[in-house]
Amino acid sequence: MAEITPEEHYITEEPYYEAGGSEVAMFEAAWHNRLPLLLKGPTGCGKTRFMEYMAWRLKRPLITVSCHDDLTASDLVGRYLVKGGETVWVDGPLARAVRAGAICYLDEIVEARKDTMVVIHPLADDRRVLPMEKLGLLLQAGPEFCLAVSYNPGYQSVLKDLKQSTRQRFVALEFDYPAAELEARIVASESGIDAALAATLVKFAHMTRNLKGNGLEEGASTRLLVHAGKLIASGVPPVTACAGAIAQALTDEPEMLAAINELSASLF
Amino acid sequence: MLTADDIHARLDEYLETEFSFIRSDELAPLVLALAPAEQAFVLDWTRRIASTNTELAHQFVRRAPQVLKAQEPRVIEAWALHAMDVYDRAGLRAALEVIQDVERFVRHSHARSAGALFDEVSGVLLHFVHGLAGRPLRLALADTAWTDSETIHLPALLAQLPSGAENFRLYKALAVMQWAQIHHGTLRSALSADFTAWPDAARAQRIYARLETLRLEAIIARALPGLGREMQQLQPDYVAALPVAWQAAARQLQGARSTPAASLALLPSLYDAALPPPRLWQVELYLNEVAACMQARMEREKLLLRVRLAQWLEEQQNKAPADSPPPRLTVREAEDATEAARPVELVLNDAPVAPPEAVVQLLTSIRLDLGAIPDEYLVPAGPGEYDPTLYTEPTDDPDAVWQGTYHERGASYYNEWDHGRQHYRKNWCVMREKEVTAVHDGFVADTLQRYRGLVAHLRRSFEAMRDEERLLKRQVYGDGVDIDALVEALADAHDGSEMSDRLFTRQHRVERDIAVVFMVDMSGSTRGWVNDAEREALLLLCEALEALGDRYAIYGFSGVTRKRCELYRIKRFDEPYGAEVRARISGIRAQDYTRMGFAIRHLTQLLNDTGARTRLLITLSDGKPDDYSDYRGVYGIEDTRRALLEARRSGIHPFCITIDEHGPEYLPHMYGAVNYTLVNEVRQLPLKVADIYRRLTR
Repeated sequence: MAEITPEEHYITEEPYYEAGGSEVAMFEAAWHNRLPLLLKGPTGCGKTRFMEYMAWRLKRPLITVSCHDDLTASDLVGRYLVKGGETVWVDGPLARAVRAGAICYLDEIVEARKDTMVVIHPLADDRRVLPMEKLGLLLQAGPEFCLAVSYNPGYQSVLKDLKQSTRQRFVALEFDYPAAELEARIVASESGIDAALAATLVKFAHMTRNLKGNGLEEGASTRLLVHAGKLIASGVPPVTACAGAIAQALTDEPEMLAAINELSASLF
Repeated sequence: MLTADDIHARLDEYLETEFSFIRSDELAPLVLALAPAEQAFVLDWTRRIASTNTELAHQFVRRAPQVLKAQEPRVIEAWALHAMDVYDRAGLRAALEVIQDVERFVRHSHARSAGALFDEVSGVLLHFVHGLAGRPLRLALADTAWTDSETIHLPALLAQLPSGAENFRLYKALAVMQWAQIHHGTLRSALSADFTAWPDAARAQRIYARLETLRLEAIIARALPGLGREMQQLQPDYVAALPVAWQAAARQLQGARSTPAASLALLPSLYDAALPPPRLWQVELYLNEVAACMQARMEREKLLLRVRLAQWLEEQQNKAPADSPPPRLTVREAEDATEAARPVELVLNDAPVAPPEAVVQLLTSIRLDLGAIPDEYLVPAGPGEYDPTLYTEPTDDPDAVWQGTYHERGASYYNEWDHGRQHYRKNWCVMREKEVTAVHDGFVADTLQRYRGLVAHLRRSFEAMRDEERLLKRQVYGDGVDIDALVEALADAHDGSEMSDRLFTRQHRVERDIAVVFMVDMSGSTRGWVNDAEREALLLLCEALEALGDRYAIYGFSGVTRKRCELYRIKRFDEPYGAEVRARISGIRAQDYTRMGFAIRHLTQLLNDTGARTRLLITLSDGKPDDYSDYRGVYGIEDTRRALLEARRSGIHPFCITIDEHGPEYLPHMYGAVNYTLVNEVRQLPLKVADIYRRLTR
């Protein structure tokens, strides 16, 4: 396979995405007005898929960075490396996205270190510049460049909340699990199981979502349903598939596990 | 090998024969006849029971040799422990009945091995029921299975079926049946039906309940097919064995669209026929309780909904343009209400809207009670109706509980370790959290003024311990190039020697993920200058901890007897340190005795809930654990030790700062050899405590 860099990588096939509301129009309007976007919502409800879909729609490359607690500003902007006795500057993903006019998607932004905000802030207001401190440069973003960040308001600790100065720079799009019928359609189409089984899986997901706050941090996401659906489509019995793909992914607590397994056993 | 005299002497000692009418010469031969291992076993348990009550031990030793012939030691242990639990709960007379009626205990223990116990299954069942949606329900223990529309009542033990697994399934069926009664209109229709029109209202009601069971079963089998199959397997031939009239009724009720009205309509035709035996999962109907519970809830929820709607509309109104029409709320029922995830939809000025979760829950709950949402429920509350006492459930004032008749509402229970018994006393301590009364006096200002030099010093030295980012040089990988290292390495390379690969700089963050609880002795013995020193120490500590940024909480403990164990909140984990907390520190006053086990157990829970990586429990104390009558001496020390062991096992580091000069005699036993510090001079306490904390967490 030929090597291509992310900024040359365009999504050519339409990703499967079912809009739950006006998010597509919102995103396009924000993009045309060069406004950065904040995607809020629980895990596995389709944020990343939405970004792929929009990249395909707007015909821009998508550079995704999954943030972690050791991600620093230089990981985003770039750094000097030593090559053959000399130092060479290598762009980070954010700098590459700015140069290429790509969509840069920073997943779970709150996980990143605080110093990353120094480079995100000037890029996320009307200046639209990326300061490259070590090069002594300011990189001006072109009209196609788009910054999007995601954030899950549900489970982050108080210590890792998004600061007002950050969140007030973004246009926010709220995501939630799709409505039951839509979700069943998504599960059926992604995993290849029939509609009735998909509807039962969604019903099971709603049961686990009822448990949120009563011992579960989060209910089953659409992604987990798709996982379970794929296992079922490959011939795994539904109760076993739910235990492995959903219950065990949600909790380690034995009583809760038993209860979730009882719920799935009741449905199938 | 024990001689007759040995056994005699031991029984004399355990049963305190000198002070009672118990004759050990009658008992010794019974024990002597046993094999040596059995002798030791019986004597050991006699001693353990005697530490609870000598008469109970006397009766035990009378019976145990006989029982030992037929039963395994394991059963005898369970029997003895059960007797002591009963003694704790219900007194000597009830406990003696357990000892005397050993056969019944043995019979029950068989039931126990094959049966399912409420205590063991309630955790799973509660999650299970929450998962089924609708109104959040509670689980409670009762003699029969019935529901008041908020609480699912289940019996303590189910042993009708041969195996534990089947009995568990029966529990599940009973719980789901009650959920279905609430969810599918059984209770609502029963309340509006007039059973008193029948000659025998109770009989009519019973028939209705049986019919509803048939109807709900079919609903369960459709909505939860897996569970439906399980239930059929538990009692497969039930419907086929019913009288013909009942079979016809079952066929009619189990259709897809049948309602409670159908059960009511069938009532006249079945009233005179003989009542068939109940289904295994037949649930009782207690309509008076249901009516009372519903009445109270409906009034509360109506007001609460209207208040919530008013608050929500106000928010919406602020966002909407100024000339928009006045809000008009209606609801729209989903077409297939039983299957849809959201059966009702709120409509604002003809457009469907998504109200907050709290409103959705209220709408769901109200719909369960009334079948629909009446229009007057959707009128947002006016300004005069905002009195929160009208719609919130009353919370108990911990002090008011002691006025009037005695009851233990709103308290938590904690086990206590009985050293003599070598076993826990179950739910022995009745614990309540109370708030320290804030006292706004000159204490805070005086103390901060007096120690201002120390406060500044503490702040500086604690700040130095904060999370810090350090630049590590000469790393194999990192964010930047270490130019010094690079120059050296290039020089090395020109020189012909090997070039180092440690050429990078990296930011390294040292994260302090610490949560600490300070457990402060508020017993009577701290009255006076010890109390002053404690308060000063806490104040300085808070000043220092604020600079450090660790999560911390402060609780005081005290108590009079096991029935009145009190923990005084001074600062919770999630509370900011401010004037209120300072005033509460100032308000710490000496109370009663030093019962420690419950405080350690409760704070262990709080600490573990924080999820911090390092969890510390630091006790500030002036002496041994001690309480009115029973907690003196070894008992108190052993219970405290046990509680600390439990804490340590869950990953907490306990530490004790004491001013008791006798501390070194018992503290190593309780906390371990190095986990305590003695501060000889009370006046030194404020200076020392922060310093000790700094050393501990460095």
